Amino acid sequence: MTAGGRRSVVVTPCGDGGPILVRGADVIEDADGTAHVVTRPVVALCTCEKSQRLPWCDGTHKAVERGRRRREGAA
Amino acid sequence: MHLPRERGPLSSAVLTALSGDGPLDAVALVERVTALSDETDVLVDDDFHLTLWTMYELHYRGFDGVDDDWEWDPELLRLRHAMEERLLAEYRFATSEWVHASMEATGDVPTRLFALTEMVPGAPLSSYMQREASREEFVEYMQHKSIYHLKESDPQSFVLARLSGRPKVALAELQYDEYGAGRPEQLHQALFAKGLDVCGLSSEYGAYIDLAPGSTLAVTNVMNLFVLRRSLAAAAMGHLGAFEATSSEPCRKVAGGCRRLGLPDLVASYFDEHIEADAVHEQLAFRDICGGMVAERPELLGDVFFGAAAYLFSEALAGGAMLDAWREGRSSLRSGTGDPGTASFETAVAS
Repeated sequence: MTAGGRRSVVVTPCGDGGPILVRGADVIEDADGTAHVVTRPVVALCTCEKSQRLPWCDGTHKAVERGRRRREGAA
Repeated sequence: MHLPRERGPLSSAVLTALSGDGPLDAVALVERVTALSDETDVLVDDDFHLTLWTMYELHYRGFDGVDDDWEWDPELLRLRHAMEERLLAEYRFATSEWVHASMEATGDVPTRLFALTEMVPGAPLSSYMQREASREEFVEYMQHKSIYHLKESDPQSFVLARLSGRPKVALAELQYDEYGAGRPEQLHQALFAKGLDVCGLSSEYGAYIDLAPGSTLAVTNVMNLFVLRRSLAAAAMGHLGAFEATSSEPCRKVAGGCRRLGLPDLVASYFDEHIEADAVHEQLAFRDICGGMVAERPELLGDVFFGAAAYLFSEALAGGAMLDAWREGRSSLRSGTGDPGTASFETAVAS
């Protein structure tokens, strides 16, 4: 991206079950060794492992968190 | 696009002036706005919102046969300001409880913003689209959505020049993705247009404006009110964040509805794209943009919450009106105007 060399990859965790944001990567390799090509300027990697579109975040962590709070509230 | 049809005294006066058929008496119109009775529901009123929508459209692509310089006509802006102040007052009143609760809450800015998106009661529109909507209702849904989605992300581009540092960079990243990340065929506006085409609908910009009720126009009017006023830039970014943060899960449901109804894949693919994209964008908007703006200027916190709550409230009204209509067995669109593109579903599904 920059004139003088390879762009760096920047990784930013969002915390609280949310995704990890990755900037500057071309490919994300998952635990099975499958390569997923990056087509966005920033991608969000799932960390809650509940996403239906792994390795990408699909916002399911929020539903997981809601369920947890509901159960805590009911307990 | 063509000028819309009038819906009452305010829109009639503005459309007459834009057509060149008569002068604009802004003083009289401002008085009319000031004197609007309490019975006029300014949140969803057809005449009120079509008038505002028409004035905002002058900042985008304008109208066939209308001088583009109406965009900065001082008399028109005088009327718009009066209408905006009235709408702002209504929105501040309607959202005050959620804004107050968010101000009192603990936690960092993004945490409180995500909590706010679960605080404002929404209309269960995406669940209905997923499980119950008929094909006819889905076609109506696409017509409502066309009002914003054919200019998706354009409003927020107005704000880019008003930000600096981390929030500016994050908004540019977000917009680059919305604008196709270097691939014209992935431009989100174009993806939505393809979805309209395969539904047998018109993807012409503004084709369904005459069918869209005030509640649907209000969603884009509130957005435009925020993005065009520099003093409300933080509200515009709270609004953007709430939009993105309430998109991934609903888009997954709506895509499921497309598949249940056997609609062409291109319709579902628009919603599929937003499941992943908006899971990124919600983080950029709430953390880097809103969080960054408040870190630099803590006094903007209330505006960020107000913008977010205003978006959620406007969508709840628009979605609620659609669901009410369908539950009563009627169309959610306005009727009696020349429909520019009646959906031909049999053809679309067969092709």
